This record gives sequence, structure tokens and C-alpha cells, in this order.
Amino acid sequence: MSTDNRLLHALYRDMRRIRSLEERVSELFVRSESAGSMLHLSIGEEGIAGVVHAMERQDSFTTHHRGHGIFVARGAEPARMLAEIAGKANGYCRGKGGSMHIADMGLGHLGANAIVGGGIAHAVGAALAYKRKKQPRVSVAFFGDGAMQQGILYESMNLAALWSLPVVFACINNQYGMGTRVDRAAANLAFDDRARAFGLDGVIVDGADVELVHETAERVLSNARQGKPGFMSLTCYRFYGHARMDKSPYRDEAEEAAGRARDPLKKARDKLIARGAKAAELDALDAEIAAEMDAALEAAVNSSLPSVDSMFEDVFAPDQPKPVPVRTRLNAILSEAAK
Amino acid sequence: MSAIETTYREALRQALIDAMNEDPDIVVLGEEVGLYGGAYGVTKGLIDQFGPERILDTPISEAAIVGAAVGAAMSGLRPVAELMYVDFVGIVMDQLANQAAKIRYMFGGQIGVPMVLRSQGGTGRSAAAQHSQSLEAWMAHVPGLRLAMPATVNDAYHLLRHALTLPDPVVFLEHKGLYVQKGTLDTAQPDAPWGKAVVRRAGHDLTIVTYSKMLLESLAAAEQLAAQGVSAEVIDLRTLNPLDEETVANSVRRTHRAMVVTEAHLTGGFSAELSARIHESCFDHLEEPVARVAGEDIPIPVSPPLERNAVPNAQLITETGLWLVQRKAPAWAL
Repeated sequence: MSTDNRLLHALYRDMRRIRSLEERVSELFVRSESAGSMLHLSIGEEGIAGVVHAMERQDSFTTHHRGHGIFVARGAEPARMLAEIAGKANGYCRGKGGSMHIADMGLGHLGANAIVGGGIAHAVGAALAYKRKKQPRVSVAFFGDGAMQQGILYESMNLAALWSLPVVFACINNQYGMGTRVDRAAANLAFDDRARAFGLDGVIVDGADVELVHETAERVLSNARQGKPGFMSLTCYRFYGHARMDKSPYRDEAEEAAGRARDPLKKARDKLIARGAKAAELDALDAEIAAEMDAALEAAVNSSLPSVDSMFEDVFAPDQPKPVPVRTRLNAILSEAAK
Repeated sequence: MSAIETTYREALRQALIDAMNEDPDIVVLGEEVGLYGGAYGVTKGLIDQFGPERILDTPISEAAIVGAAVGAAMSGLRPVAELMYVDFVGIVMDQLANQAAKIRYMFGGQIGVPMVLRSQGGTGRSAAAQHSQSLEAWMAHVPGLRLAMPATVNDAYHLLRHALTLPDPVVFLEHKGLYVQKGTLDTAQPDAPWGKAVVRRAGHDLTIVTYSKMLLESLAAAEQLAAQGVSAEVIDLRTLNPLDEETVANSVRRTHRAMVVTEAHLTGGFSAELSARIHESCFDHLEEPVARVAGEDIPIPVSPPLERNAVPNAQLITETGLWLVQRKAPAWAL
């Protein structure tokens, strides 16, 4: 394979793994094995693999609530991800965070966030630390178009530009903040203009074209590493509802069909085949990934739930006293022995 | 080093200087902390000593200041974020309560957020309704936050020094009326370990539980009570999280009467928490209900006589003490 094809092949693989994982997240819910229904799928947004692929090993990132894809592209173990989403003890966060608060310091994942825009400033703070410690690291804040309407984003952009921090603001514009289409939430959709207004490089890129996303991200990340923070927005389409229960009553089938036609995975596959890849080889890759994700799903389902006692751990550092359980207090107040 | 006479403000500054000299990862960020020297002068001169890389003047972006402090704390720094007035905490509440406080827990103990949020509150400067509040209850309600409220010069120094060694986020609330307070600082000797309350005055008729600037009013009241034959024990909590219930309970079981004094509003205030806990732990020992002497349930007014009367003072504490112990009703009683 040529270098170009090798890259696209790798990106295709990442994107297939994202979609395949998300399909198992959905299956976890259908089988009543997920912890709740607050599951936000990133199917249709697989182009973010281009950004993740452009990051260096030492870089860090924060994500929004729809961050499964980013994390799996970064190299997360699907079994531990699915275990966390199922609230199991061997999940990334010991079953305490779940889908919306998954994190892994080992992979530089500073945390998914369930407050829209909540993790953006953390990436700025991480970048401040890297700059102060003279580490050649970049922190990437991933968020959706919903966060483009949150004030802290603009405070963060201003700080990043003012202090020349190695940070990238990566918006995944999937066209929807829950059920509100982006043109009903923002008067001006030129989000790159907003970034430029703060002195950042700003670019809007077709999120269905993963090669273009990757090329753009490499440039934006490289600039950020040299103290020139940047903004990029990936235009894509959220194929399914906001969360697992959402049947999308606020949009019609024609719109969904047009949106789903802009499929980053299909586009990459078509390109690979046009460049000489064999459909059978790609099918084999897809099957291999499906088998990996099936095994991860079964491993998660078969994992143990955490012990109830563990809920009092991790409020503070391990060397600190744990919170006093309500039952212990009641016992101290009401038992005969206490009198 | 021998003890010196200094002020609460100087003790705080000395704590920052000593901590920053020992720990190169400490940075200070906030509005006017650098060139201006801090709205109340706590960080005066620090930018000359440590440079603008460690003393960061920020734009007026409170949410991003605290959010950046969270991210920096997760990435190897130990930030001291300054919130000029605690009244601005509404702007940062997401970063404080949903982010800083919960990150260790949500992420299954993978990482902590070792940061200190310094702020100040309280009345006394006719700063009115948006610059005079005592909002500690808002933060005390959130699991995952430590909460320190020093009342003395020595505590200003030692509690801040200790806060800057902790693995978890600490909200450090100063009182604007205490900055010029003089006292003894012994940098080698804290009054007590972190998390332990201190009996500032021993007594046997009544236990007064308080913290921050109301310690001064309570001690003044204890003096007046002594002149009228009432021996009041005054306990300074120093930290609300951790909360030293044991020292309080041991005292009340001995005195059989308790009063809780806070500058914060009565309703939903930390005084309610303290009263409830004393009732729970000392129910069989109490001669009277626990009396709460707290701020009125009104916004803080600007006019000096109104402001003064919006919060407790030594006279009200004295009157309540006499009522509790001697059944001597004050003039305003029905």
C-alpha cells in the first residue's frame, strides 16, 4: 500500500472500531445490561478518528458526553469501556462514572463530561501545566455544537490565545444539541469566525472526509504545539437520537436519509476500493473488528458489579477518612449502646 | 523561628511565599493577583518575587479561572485560584461542584484535583448584597470539597500551608473583616492539626460553636458573659470539612447548653447542620434546645446600621447566652 492508502486504511480501521463499539453499546442497552439509558452514540461522527490519529502519545484530551468514539480511537480497551458503561467493577472508573464520565489517565483521557462545555477549560489548564513544565504536549478539548453556545468556551478560547497555550478546541458539529438543530440554536453558523475573533486559527472541515480531518488536525495540532492554539469544527450528522431512548421526533426521515448519506465510514471505504483495496479484505477487517467487539461485550456483561462498600471510596484520596455512612450515624444516635 | 506579631493578611501572604518556595508546582491565578497585588492585598509583591509565570493575572472569567485550575491540577501543577469575592461563586459553581469536587470519584480514584480556591466573604465594608455574603453552606453541601475558614493569624498561615499539601480540592474562605486583624504567628507551630477544632476559651456553663470572624464576636461575648457569672466555652471549628464533631460533642456533654454562631443566613445555613449534629450527638445531655445565632434572612444591605444589624454581634451572643444559662430574657424578648 502507498503511504496515503496505509493512512486511510488505519483511519478506516479506527472508524470501523468506533461504529462497531457503538453498536455494542446500543446492544448493551437492548439487553438491559447497561447502567441506565444515558448513552450517547457517536455513529456518524467517526471522522473524529482523524483528529485522534493526529495526536501524539503524550497529548491529552477531554471529551463531552458523546465521547465513546474518541476514546476507542485513542486506544481504549473496548471490554473495559463497555464494563464501565455497564457499571462494572473492572470498568475504567470502577463503575462510578459510566458512559458520560469515562476517563483514563494512562491514555491521556482527562475525562468525559456530562455538563455541556464542562471539560473545555480543563484542557486549557492542562495546556497551562505543559507550558509551565516545558513539556511538548498538546491538550485537545472535544465538544459538540451545543457547547458552541456555552460561555465558558469563549472564556477558555480567550485564555488560550492570551497565554499562547498548546491547546486545540475541536468541535464535533453533529447538527444537534439534543433535539434542537444547530440553526435553531445559533444565529451565525460560521463557528470558525468565532475562534478567529479570539485570535485563534479557526477552520471548518467536512467531518465525513476523515483524510481531510486528519490533514487539518495535523496542522492545527502542530501549531498548537508551538504555542498557537487552534479551533477546528467537524461538520457531520448524528445518525441516531440524542440518547438511546430518543426517537428523534424533531426531525424527518428525509433529513435523516440525507444526513446518513454523508457517512464517513462508507466514504473512506469507497476511497480505499477506488485506490485498489479489495472489498473482501475490508470485509475481513470488519468481521475481525466485529468479533473483537462481540468478545468485549460478552466480557463486560460477564464482569462483576462493584461491592456496595466501594461507593464510599474515592470521595477523597485513599489516605483520608471515608464519609460516614448514614446507617453508621443512625446507629450512633439511636442504638441502645449509644445511650 | 520564634513567634511574631503580624496580621491575618500578612500571614496569608507568608503562607503563599513559603509554600511557593518549597513547591515549584504552585501557581497563583486570578483577577488582579499580580500587578494589582490582590483586591485585598494578600498577593502583593508576589509577582515580583515569583514572576508572571507563577503569578498569573487573568481576565474577568471566573468559570475559566477555576476550570483551568482544575485541568492544571490534574496535570502536575498545584494551582491556587483566587475568587475575588465568594459572592462570585455562582459563576464558578459548575467547575467547583460538578468538576473539581467529583473528578476523583467519577473517575474511580484515578486522579485527584489538588487545588486551592481562595476567596473571601463577610460583611463589614458596606460592600452590599453581592460582595458581603457568607456562602459556605453552598460548598459544604458538596461531597469532595474541603472547606477551611480561618479566624486567627496563626490559622490563616497554617491552614493555608496545609491546604497546599492536600491531594483534594480545598475551598479556603477568608473574611474581609479579618485582613487587618493582628495576632501571633508561629510558623513552626500550628494551633492544632488540620481538621481539629480548637477550644479558644474554656468554660463550663455553655458551649459556643463558631468559625471565621464570628469567633471574635463570640470571644468578646464570652468576656461579657464571664462578667455576669456565665462561663462560656468557645470552640473555633477552623475547617467545616473535615468537621470535628468530637470536640463539639465532648464540650456540650459537659456544659449541657450549646449555641451556634454564624454570620451566614439562618435558613439552610451551616448553623442548621451544626445544630442538628449537636442534637443528635448530645440529645440526652442538653438542658435547652441548641440556639442558633445567625445572619438575618435578608440580602446584606449597604447602609452601615442596616449592615451591622444583619449579622450577629457580641451583644446578641451575650444576650442569648444569658437567656440559655440564667433564663434571663433580653429586653427584646416578649
